[in-house]
Amino acid sequence: MNAELLSLSNAPWLYIGAMLVKILVVFGVTMGIVAYATWAERKVIGHMQTRLGPMLTGWHGLLQPIADGIKLFFKEDIIPSQASRVPFILAPMMILIPSLITIAVVPFGTDLVVNVGGKAYAIPLQITDLNIGILYILAMAGLGVYGITLAGWSSNSKYSLLGGVRASAQMISYELAAGLAIIAVFMLSETLSMREIVLQQSGSILDWYVWKQPLAFVLFLVTGTAEINRTPFDMPEAESELVSGFCTEYSSMKYALFFMAEYANMIVVAAIMATLFLGGWAGPTPWGPVNLLGKIFAFMFFLMWIRATFPRVRYDQLMKLGWKVLLPLALANILVTGIVVVLQQ
Amino acid sequence: MEVLFFYLVALVAVLSGLIVVTAKSPVNSALALVNTFFCLAVFYVMLHAPFMAAIQIMVYAGAIMVLILFVIMLLNMGVEPHKKPTHIAWGAIGGTLVLLVSILFIQRGDTARAVGNISKDVVLREGHTALIGKAMFVDFLLPFEIASILLLVAIVGAVILAKKEV
Repeated sequence: MNAELLSLSNAPWLYIGAMLVKILVVFGVTMGIVAYATWAERKVIGHMQTRLGPMLTGWHGLLQPIADGIKLFFKEDIIPSQASRVPFILAPMMILIPSLITIAVVPFGTDLVVNVGGKAYAIPLQITDLNIGILYILAMAGLGVYGITLAGWSSNSKYSLLGGVRASAQMISYELAAGLAIIAVFMLSETLSMREIVLQQSGSILDWYVWKQPLAFVLFLVTGTAEINRTPFDMPEAESELVSGFCTEYSSMKYALFFMAEYANMIVVAAIMATLFLGGWAGPTPWGPVNLLGKIFAFMFFLMWIRATFPRVRYDQLMKLGWKVLLPLALANILVTGIVVVLQQ
Repeated sequence: MEVLFFYLVALVAVLSGLIVVTAKSPVNSALALVNTFFCLAVFYVMLHAPFMAAIQIMVYAGAIMVLILFVIMLLNMGVEPHKKPTHIAWGAIGGTLVLLVSILFIQRGDTARAVGNISKDVVLREGHTALIGKAMFVDFLLPFEIASILLLVAIVGAVILAKKEV
């Protein structure tokens, strides 16, 4: 089987078609998960608190996301008179778009071989394989800060501003530790491409980087949760003190975009986690996309479980944890990994 | 195709650059500047330098501009009162002249014809990230380390200056 890698030069129309299909499928699946994650979250937390969660719309509330979508879509879209208009309108988009385009570098299966006109072409099951995949993810994660900060500031309200300022301080602090935790992984893999990293873990479950880098895994789990502002690190929208934080003044679809971004971010962090530490699409079952989706769902369930279990941390505790515990641990991990890599050579 | 794409991105870059200097609200200027950085990152990708593109976005758009935005927000600068600009003609003439002279000198100078040993083929074969890594950590290790010590000194200095009591 020597299939040629499909590219723009050997079969342009097939390439463009395959690209469009891949992009649409990944986008559609992501949006579907986003919609049903809201339902799953209410159900999971409901049952953990011995409630039933949504039950009325459809069987066990299965149509609830659609009802919510229609309701939000038809609500009046209010822009506060004192708000700064341009940043106020741009902010929700600036949160959602970076998280959605991050999914482009996540590989979700082995190459698909198709026969067209007597020639075999290999279509990689990944929208694009950047050879700087991880850096691309970190760069996009850094851009997510703008949306929240601008949303908080442009609303021109005290609660929003406090939420926005908290969010940017938190995200800048935890981004650093998250990046340093990932560095230890690519010191082992010696590549920045997501595809290569999965291939190196594809032997058996024992090849997964979670066994070689347990500390980095835990660090990334904590910093990832903080990066996407989930409980116990949801200071930016702490509803008991800040109403709804940075999205207090938003309504209608703009408000919905913040929620979609939160769940899209969950999917992104889960996918990165699965790809870097848990073998991505490789193993345990032979079906690539099923493996990846299973790992993503497991991690999302874990995040919902945490939300139902832990109380919110205090803001000074959050900062202390980030700068005085996670950052030194990540640096120490890099040092130890470096020494081991050098000794093994 | 590539040229068309270049002109498209260049147009966006120049337009956002214009917005940076003409926007009345400083936050809008800052956003336009972020957009300009994005366009520069696209140029790096087109020059087969994806590593530079990622660093450009991470450092400039992701870190420095966020801090600048932070300062603008916390100082709460309002919209600047509209002043009638003076000396537009002289500024335009002066700027155009400086641009022409620099284009002329760059074209005639040594830099335009300089040919190094890292050509497009080498970059495509060995990978841009690997080449930068080798240059930084093998060929120019000493200058790199000296620069990092300089930065470390600056950080320590900033901490000492910002600290309330020593």
